[in-house]
Amino acid sequence: MPRSLRLAFVLAALILLPVAPAPAQLTIEIIGGAGTALPIAIVPFEGEPAGPAGITGTVGADLARSGLFKLVDPEGVRPRPTRIEDVQAAAWRAKGADAVVVGSARPLPDGRVEVRFALVDVVKQTPLVAMVYSVTPAQFRVTAHKIADIIYEKLTGDPGIFSTRIAYITKAGTRYQLQVADADGSDPQGIVTSNEPMLSPRWSPDGTRIAYVSFESKKPVVYVQNLATGARTAVANFRGSNSSPAWSPDGRTLAVTLTKDGGSQIYIMNADGGNPQRVMSSPGIDTEATFTADGKSLLFTSDRGGSPQIYRLTLGSGAVERLTFDGSYNVSPRPFPDGKGFAFVRRDGGKFQIAVQDFASRQVQVLTAGPLDESPSVAPNGKLILYANEVGGRGILAAVSSDGRVKQRLVAPATDVREPAWGPFPRP
Amino acid sequence: MKKILFAFAIAALLAGCSSQPTAPVDDKSASTTTTDTTSTTTSGTSTSGVSGTATGAGANPLKDPNNILSKRSVYFEFDSFVVEEQYKPLIQAHARYMSATRTAKVTLQGNTDERGSREYNIALGQRRADAVKRMMTLMGVQDVAIETVSFGKEKPRREGHDEASWTENRRVDIIYFGE
Repeated sequence: MPRSLRLAFVLAALILLPVAPAPAQLTIEIIGGAGTALPIAIVPFEGEPAGPAGITGTVGADLARSGLFKLVDPEGVRPRPTRIEDVQAAAWRAKGADAVVVGSARPLPDGRVEVRFALVDVVKQTPLVAMVYSVTPAQFRVTAHKIADIIYEKLTGDPGIFSTRIAYITKAGTRYQLQVADADGSDPQGIVTSNEPMLSPRWSPDGTRIAYVSFESKKPVVYVQNLATGARTAVANFRGSNSSPAWSPDGRTLAVTLTKDGGSQIYIMNADGGNPQRVMSSPGIDTEATFTADGKSLLFTSDRGGSPQIYRLTLGSGAVERLTFDGSYNVSPRPFPDGKGFAFVRRDGGKFQIAVQDFASRQVQVLTAGPLDESPSVAPNGKLILYANEVGGRGILAAVSSDGRVKQRLVAPATDVREPAWGPFPRP
Repeated sequence: MKKILFAFAIAALLAGCSSQPTAPVDDKSASTTTTDTTSTTTSGTSTSGVSGTATGAGANPLKDPNNILSKRSVYFEFDSFVVEEQYKPLIQAHARYMSATRTAKVTLQGNTDERGSREYNIALGQRRADAVKRMMTLMGVQDVAIETVSFGKEKPRREGHDEASWTENRRVDIIYFGE
């Protein structure tokens, strides 16, 4: 491109840029699905607005994105069913659907809307669930995610994660931002903006606070920020480096890596700052601690054996056990909520890949191809792992199912995205 | 008395350091933290500004390009925190300067290349900074005069994804207080 033309493009881009740009939204592409996706027909609800303002579009998008469902076009079945008793199993079986979702949205006198939905198994010809909600039109998206969660759970046996949120760090030029968005990438909010790097965002178990590391005072310092009020505290700002926060399951304490006493060592401290207690002593690096779901042990990375490997510390006894043996670089352990294993990053021939390991059998399954996969974060239902990788020199987020079959890519335009953290299930 | 004064000076320095207000952070407007985009060797938060050239290059041995003290970077091999022989004269010169200038205080900033876990790289950069510190304290510098911190792979001097960039980024920088 001639220089003058390129300059014109840059100028045009500058002119078009809003003064305070809203965060760019992540869009999720499925790049590989389960071989056995369940065919489901979602009939547009009677009375709901058409398009993205409605409910069923969001429900369908949620289910399709999971990779476990295949949407069957509901067009052509007449009359359009809105209640369980309207569903003619044979007509839907003929279209290839195993399950059908029907419903309605009717205005109430107080201005709210009564949303009804039902899920019917047309193979067994039995209704599986029916629910009624009274909501404002502004709550349609939230309601749609709830409905998708219920459908997902009824048909797969696992809780849905469509109502959860994610956090991540964006980098545009030298501008870093900690953002929070819905699990489908919508409604991104900038939480912290800085011209210095931030990393390791971690949700408190109740979803009200995020701990993270910021370099704004020219060294790593751990902050905890309240999402509702925006108030934040530097909870670990000791001499040296302060990093790698991890919440205990009760939300009262944080494991952190501090160097105040020499070397990178793991401490547990109050989540509102203060009283750091060193949990063990090693001559080398100990870092990347995470609590297991029962809160009784920490998984962490240490080079005490000569190369970075993953270990488990039992907090009650102080016993330490090495967990990874295959390869010379196994880091970033993230326990699964069922307590049976953990996701981590392994280096294999210069490639960094996401893998999972079972505690009991020690069996390792490599889930991704690399070459620069890092920072895994396990969804609260344990079924998806969000991680960071790079495409064309730009950081993007990706997700892989914990069985490796479903793969998604989360893309934000013109922004480097890294350090994903999956939030907890919403509290009722 | 001299000792007490020295203790006061150090305490004042430490207090000045720890009470440095953290830059306010907001959720909408452009950032409020000080920008330091081009180099990790100049720290923009001090009141003295980024360069000491106002008094002339010759006046400050730390800024004199002909003086070894103007050299501030110690480089490391991949995955290594071993200080190589070739950097010992440089570290020795800074250790001597610090011992002679009792008020001098440094931050040693450890860095890594872009490969591997961000948090593990913070720890690896820290270990590199600690290795340089250990050498300086063995050469007689007071422990309290050196803070070691790590930037991990977060603030690369070179952004490339090649061996040359990685080599440049595996580094400890010696930053004097106020720079």
